Amino acid sequence: MTESAGAPAMLDYSDKIKDHFFNPKNAGPLAEANAVGEAGTLSCGDALKLMLKVDPLTEVILDARFQTFGCGSAIASSSALTELIIGKTIVEASGLTTQQIAASLGGLPPEKMHCAVLGHDALQGAIANFRGEAWTASDEPGALICKCSGVSEGSLKHAIRMNRLTSVDQLTAFTKAGAGCFTCYDKLEAVLAQTNAELVAEGLIAREAAFSLQTRAPKPAPATVAATPETPAQPVARPRIQISPLAPSAPAGEPAMTNLRKIKLIEETIEELRPFLRKDGGDCELIDVDGSNVLVKMSGACVLCKLASATISGIQEKLVEKLGVPLRVIPVGKTPFGKAASGH
Amino acid sequence: MKPIYLDNNATTRVDPAVLESMLPFFTEQFGNASSTHSFGETVAGAIKTARKQLQELLGAAHDHEIIYTSGGTESNTTAVMAALEAMPGRDEIITSAVEHPSVLQLCEHLEKTGRAKIHVIGVDSYGRLDLDAYRSALSDRVALVSIMWANNETGTIVPVDALADLAKAAGALFHTDAVQAIGKLPVALKDTAIDMLSLSGHKLHAPKGIGALYVKRGVRFKPLIRGGHQERGRRAGTENVPAIVGLGKAAELAIQNFPDELGRVKALRDRLEKAILSSVANCAVNGDPHDRLPNTSNIAFDYIEGEAILLHLTRAGVAASTGSACTAGSTEPSHVLRAMHVPEAALHGAIRFSLSRDNSEADVDRVIEALPPIVDKLRALSPFWSDGKSPSGDATPLYA
Repeated sequence: MTESAGAPAMLDYSDKIKDHFFNPKNAGPLAEANAVGEAGTLSCGDALKLMLKVDPLTEVILDARFQTFGCGSAIASSSALTELIIGKTIVEASGLTTQQIAASLGGLPPEKMHCAVLGHDALQGAIANFRGEAWTASDEPGALICKCSGVSEGSLKHAIRMNRLTSVDQLTAFTKAGAGCFTCYDKLEAVLAQTNAELVAEGLIAREAAFSLQTRAPKPAPATVAATPETPAQPVARPRIQISPLAPSAPAGEPAMTNLRKIKLIEETIEELRPFLRKDGGDCELIDVDGSNVLVKMSGACVLCKLASATISGIQEKLVEKLGVPLRVIPVGKTPFGKAASGH
Repeated sequence: MKPIYLDNNATTRVDPAVLESMLPFFTEQFGNASSTHSFGETVAGAIKTARKQLQELLGAAHDHEIIYTSGGTESNTTAVMAALEAMPGRDEIITSAVEHPSVLQLCEHLEKTGRAKIHVIGVDSYGRLDLDAYRSALSDRVALVSIMWANNETGTIVPVDALADLAKAAGALFHTDAVQAIGKLPVALKDTAIDMLSLSGHKLHAPKGIGALYVKRGVRFKPLIRGGHQERGRRAGTENVPAIVGLGKAAELAIQNFPDELGRVKALRDRLEKAILSSVANCAVNGDPHDRLPNTSNIAFDYIEGEAILLHLTRAGVAASTGSACTAGSTEPSHVLRAMHVPEAALHGAIRFSLSRDNSEADVDRVIEALPPIVDKLRALSPFWSDGKSPSGDATPLYA
């Protein structure tokens, strides 16, 4: 029974979020609005109505007001959004991204990113409304993938690209897709894998960080227990979402690290360390690289040295520093005890 | 301003008398109960005393029916796994849609890995179990029924003794997660057909990390944790002596405090509830109006969201919770309220106030004063609420 006091989110919120939440700017209806955009629904748990007063000649947003139903960060995002767009032209405002909304709040916790998406969608809706076009989030190109939250393939791809998402839990946090019945899980995986592959090809994310259908984690349990003749299908509690950290961008101008490049870097690093090992009468030879495991053979004095494990962790530290990815150095071959070390 | 704590279904403050009873077992009486020397003997005696105190709280026939565990989750896991192992030829489990995740997610896992077939029984809008569905799920294939005594989010009390009789008639074992009930309701297990019961120390003013599983004498049992003779081989591992002593003391205090819990605390809860229902439009109590824990009030406010209410309450110095705190970090509404088919407008706006003997009139007054302006402020922001009115007119509260 691991219940705790119910406001963990309070601790995660920045001072800016708290300020916008407790003292929202530009809240309430706007009578003279000539552009209105809506996003979210009551059943989603958050909804935003954005009202704009736009100068028809200059297309400058003279005033913006919001009404929001939702959590602290939904209200704060709406408030921040109005401040971001007042004084901007429609063209300028249409380029506003989810990240810019989140950044204006000093960042949002990952599981709250959909609040910034809500703001973005309502703004796009209002702009379309101003231009006399119809627009809803689900009108973005592509079929509706998550019917519970009304998220289209186009919206998913957009969110994946803009935020470099590499896991389904991130995708759910950013777009709410898959937050309901979860039956679209396979489709979410497929869209994520495809878009990640594109991002890797474009050199925007590292291949290791990308999501692929071959390397995915096991699928979580379905959200309902199968109906039996006696009992109808019942919703079952889903675990609290755990968001994996976002993928780091691939180094600018450099292609994602290939295995060959990785091995080359490891060899260079060992070469750098070799003089120090030789000085103490030992040596180290690279045997193989298996994913994140670096297999080495220690020889000479290193084999008998009581400090061998310290030496190995020293090599490991240097490698991690050089390559910037987590690696584990595992000695193979004879050890002082005549057994093959397993690395445990 | 000292914050007011109204989240006692999440955890309670350790009673000062409980803490005092524990302290010598950290300093002087630190022995291992298994040792034959005098250090061990004193400790073994203290563990025995605590078991007697718990026996009295549970109204159990024998003190050895009580097995100390690390808490409610371990007790629940042990009960479910023990029943599956001890009932060969039976591989079905009946549980309810409003159980704690420690039961629901375990059952989900057992079903996914092909080790058990799970029947999840639904509830009505008061959170009361669908008895027809329960009856028809019972069969000679059912190893265990696991249904909570009282719901952590709404406080709805389940007639577990009647359910246990039905389970017994079908030859199935009956387990109840009584983590929220024990200490709040007087019980007498020896008069029931309940085979196993889980309780948790920190819900009744004992420390976290200690709990117990009651296993009726004669019930087939297999341990979850092996490798030691402690608890008669039913739960291996050196006893958490200070916590066990504290749990015993907490049990003794719970018995003494039943009149307060059922009288003064219930009156405080009722006053809080009535005041909110009468001063705030479009809100309703979730749970069974006729059979509810005396300390719990779950109130849903239409067209506003729970976390936003909570943030304001926190700033006003009131600690409460949105439904179950276990799911507070997720954007999903409570599985309990969903199972009760709480209307969409109210589903995201539920706040749970849970009181204890530590609360006073002044605490309740603070909430009564702070809450209405918070609701007004958030509704003024809500697109579903205009000019002080809900779009669908005034909703009738479930009960007041």
